[in-house]
This record gives sequence, structure tokens and C-alpha cells, in this order.
Amino acid sequence: MGTIPNLVGAGLIVIGAGLGIGKIGGSAMDAIARQPEASGKIQTAMLIAAALIEGIGFAAFFMGK
Amino acid sequence: MEQLLGTFSLGLFILQIVIFVGLIFLLKKFAWKPILDAVNTREEGIKNALLSAENAKKEMQNLKADNEKLLAEARAERDALMKEAREIKEKMINDAKVEAQAQGEKLIAQAKATIEGEKNAALADLKNQVSTLSIEIAEKVLKEELSNKEAQTKLVDKLLGEAKLN
Amino acid sequence: MVIYKKPLQFIIAALFSVMPIIANANPTVDSVATTTEQTAKENVSEEQKKVEERAEFIQHHLLDSHGFTLFSYGEKENEHHVGFPLPVILWDEGLHIFSSSEFKHDTAIVESKGKYFKIEHGIVYSCDKNGVVDHQAHTNPLKRPLDFSITKNVFMILVVGLLMFLLFGGLAKSYKKNNGIAKGVGRFFEPIVIFVRDEIAIPNIGEKHYKKYMSHLLSVFFFIWFLNMFGLTPLGVNVTGNIAITAALAIITYLITNISANKNYWGHIFWMPGVPPIMRIVLAPIELLGTIIKPFSLTIRLYANMVAGHIVLMSIIAMMYTFNNVAGSGFSFVLAFVLSILEILVAGLQAYIFTMLTALYFGSACEEHHHEEAHH
Repeated sequence: MGTIPNLVGAGLIVIGAGLGIGKIGGSAMDAIARQPEASGKIQTAMLIAAALIEGIGFAAFFMGK
Repeated sequence: MEQLLGTFSLGLFILQIVIFVGLIFLLKKFAWKPILDAVNTREEGIKNALLSAENAKKEMQNLKADNEKLLAEARAERDALMKEAREIKEKMINDAKVEAQAQGEKLIAQAKATIEGEKNAALADLKNQVSTLSIEIAEKVLKEELSNKEAQTKLVDKLLGEAKLN
Repeated sequence: MVIYKKPLQFIIAALFSVMPIIANANPTVDSVATTTEQTAKENVSEEQKKVEERAEFIQHHLLDSHGFTLFSYGEKENEHHVGFPLPVILWDEGLHIFSSSEFKHDTAIVESKGKYFKIEHGIVYSCDKNGVVDHQAHTNPLKRPLDFSITKNVFMILVVGLLMFLLFGGLAKSYKKNNGIAKGVGRFFEPIVIFVRDEIAIPNIGEKHYKKYMSHLLSVFFFIWFLNMFGLTPLGVNVTGNIAITAALAIITYLITNISANKNYWGHIFWMPGVPPIMRIVLAPIELLGTIIKPFSLTIRLYANMVAGHIVLMSIIAMMYTFNNVAGSGFSFVLAFVLSILEILVAGLQAYIFTMLTALYFGSACEEHHHEEAHH
């Protein structure tokens, strides 16, 4: 466990990453609702985008922690 | 970061690289290459089979189209023949009609001519006979008349009596 | 309830979710923790001690270990461990080979060829006679002896490697035997192999170049997937949640990317086409840093996902003991059950994402020149 500023920073990162991934997920849902036939491609793109954000989020989290 | 480095084992890292690279090469030789080759050949086979089926279908269609074309041609030919035959028939009938008419007319004309001739001949004959007959009658009458002198004189008298000299 | 229509999957899922509870939920006392705790004050309440024990147990589970302990029972001094020792191979100015049983479950200091070693939290440190460790060694891996031991993780890697070799070697053989049609267990894995090829490799790398990367992609995918799944079994292994393992996988990806990269790839890094020359100079270090960040994020993503999954799952299982009543324990049981099913999904998903991103990096390395038109 780190110091309090570190933990607050880690928390902020988690909030940011969570918001980002939530936005991606929401947009993907919208896109699938609009074009159900393209759901496979949208899912793949969504996963990649989410994974990239998640990776950066985790990296920052571990550095901060 | 410190925690990450704290749990990082360099030996495990090196071991993992060695094992994993070895695993990749082993699997490549004994698993992935044969598997992917087999899958590829199978897919190629399926693709080829589909392609040949498609070709066969196309060929069938071509054949069918050809058949239809032939059939249509035959039908057209038959129609043409029929039409021609009909035309010929009509023409023949027409020709026959015309000829028959001509023949008939000719015959009629001939008959008419013959009849005319016959009539003329008969008339001539009749005329001859009438004239002969009249001559014979006149001869006979004259002979009769001339043989009876009294009557003759009487007639002459009568006629003389009527014919008053003016 | 769709799940009931698939009884086999349901049973498997149920098994997987119940297994960790049976196996991992023995709140054994970590020996190192006890020794330190014994010196601690007695006035710490019993309840708090237990909570700490559980945290220690979870922490211990996440780490590598030099012996394979299946489960342990008993309290403190008369604790019994069931498992088997593994060989310890160390390089510290000379080769040291001995059995992990000499560490007496991470409590003893081992003397080998005049050097002293001890284990703290699954990592071997060289120390002096009294067990004092150079404090720099805790944060600097280079200050520790090079540990080539067949640890639990290495053992599992070898097991998975053997499993993969037998499984896919068998699949390859079954093609030859059956005229190109898979047989047996290969029937299940063949569509996954084709999935990796059609959904991961070809769209990201391209029809032209994908073949030379297939071996690596398939190996990575199944390696991570199998190890993730093993992480959910009661064996208590956490191989993909070990930073060294994920770093090794990412480094291999990094090396393959850079070795197979074409001129176009390097051109995009050092001399970005389509931007003014000054920007190119600014962009070059950023792009170069990007190539290093990519494998780093690969490493961290897999590591963090697996660690997070294990921590959450085990914490919920530990909650069962904290509640210690029917309602609370039942609740955490259901929660653990659902989470285990989620973890099975995550196991596949992380393998997919790792492979997908690897393929993406390979794709950028061998991208053809025509792509450049898009910049103008």
C-alpha cells in the first residue's frame, strides 16, 4: 500500500479508465443497436479500444501505487 | 512500480522466454504447420468442390439454354415449313381453280361453238329441206293445177274479172 | 434461464466455480507471517488477526512458490503441507542446486557452497548467516540470485507446454489418419485454431503476411488461455498473473515485431511521412517510446487482469469466513460462483486480447507501402 496521495491518484486513474471504458461500451451498444448486422466488427473494435485504455489505466495504476 | 520489481524474477523471465520459444518451434513443427496445412487443404478442397459444382450448374444451364434454343429453332423451322406448305397448298388450289375455270370456260366455249355449228348446220339443213319441200310442193301443186284445164280457165276468168281495166 | 439448456457447460462452470472454494479456502497461516506476528503485540484482537491472516493467504496465493503445495491443514507449529518439493536451481557466483524442501516451507535459511539463501514471499534472496537481506534486493531484481528453479510456475508452464504438445500434436496426427478430418478432442480445438486464424490473424495482419506469424499467435493464445484456466482450478497456480511471465511473452512479441518489421514501419517511426520536418523530429522519440510502451502495456494488462481476478475471487471466498453465518456466507458463495463464471470468460478474453494486440503489432510491422496514401 502506498501513501495517501498515491492511493488518491490510483483512484482517479480508475475513475478515468472506468469512464473511458464505460463510454466505449455505451457507444458500442448504440452502434450495435443501430447496425445489428455489424455487431461482430463493433465488438472487436470495442474490445481493442477497451483493452488499450485498460492497459494504460493499469500501467498508471501500478506506477502510482 | 516498486512492487512490480519486487516480485519480478529475472530467472523465471529468462526461463519462460527459453521454454516458450522452444515451445513455439516444437509446436510449429509438430502441430501448427500440419494442422494449418490440413485445414488449408480441406478448405481448398471444399472451395474447389463448390467451384466445380458451380461450374457444373452453369454447364447444365448452358446445356438447357442450348436445348431450348434448338427446340425454338426446330419449332420455328416447323412453323416456317407449315406456312410454306400452306402457301403451296393455297397456291395449288388457286392454280387448280384458275385452270379449272379456264378449262371449263374453254369447254363451254367449245360446246357453245359446237352447238352454234350444229344449230347452223341444222338450220341450213332445215332450210334446204324446207326449200326442197316447198319446191316439191310447188311442183306438185303446179302439176295438179295445170292438169285441170277448166279450173284453170275459171281462175283466169275470175282473175280477169277482178282485174277491171281502168 | 438459458443456462439450463446447456447442461454440460453448466456443470463445467459449476465445477470450476466451486473448485476454488474447496481448495483455496483453507485459511492456512503463512509461516513467515506468523513469525513476524508472534513478535507483534498480543493485544491485537483475534478477529483482526484472522483478517490479516486471510490477506496474507491471498497475497501468498498470488505469488510463485518453490514447492508445490496442494493444500495444508493444522494450525501454526503443527501445520502439515501436502504437496511435493521442486528443485531449486540458483546462479549466484556458481551454480546451486538443492531441493525446495530444504527451505522447510520458506522458513529456513539454506546454506549451499558457502552461500546462504532464504525465501521471502516466494522470492529467493541471498543473505548472511543470520538471514539478513540486503534491502536493495527487495526492489532490484539484479541484486538477487538468478533463480532458474523449477518453481510452481515453471512446473505449470512445462505441464501446459506438454499438454499443448500432446493435444495439438495429436490433432495434427489425427488429420493424417482420418483423411484431413479432426477426431476426438481436436474437434473442439480445431474451430478455435481457425478462429485465431480467421478472426485474429488475417484481419489484423493481412492475407499476405499472416502465415509466418501463425505459429506464434496460436502458441501465445493457447498458452495464455490454458494457463488462465489452470489459474481457476484448485491447484492454486497464478502463472499468467506473474509479471515475469507476461513480460517474457510481451518481449517475444516485441522482438518478433521489430525483427520482422519492414522499411515502411521504421519510416513511420523515425521519419513520419505526411507531416512537416520539424514535427517529424518531435514525433520520432514519441513513436520510439510508443514501441516500448506497447509491450509494456501488454505485460501489465494481462498481469493486472489475472491478479485482480484472483484477488477479488479469493477476497469474496474469504468473506465467507468473515461472515461466518448462513446468510452472509451463502451470499458470498453465490457471488463467488457468479464471479468464477465471469473469470472463465475473462480467461478466454484476456488470451484473445493479448493475441489480438500481438497480431495488431505484427500487422503494423509488415504493413505495405500503399497505406501511406492515407496521410496525404
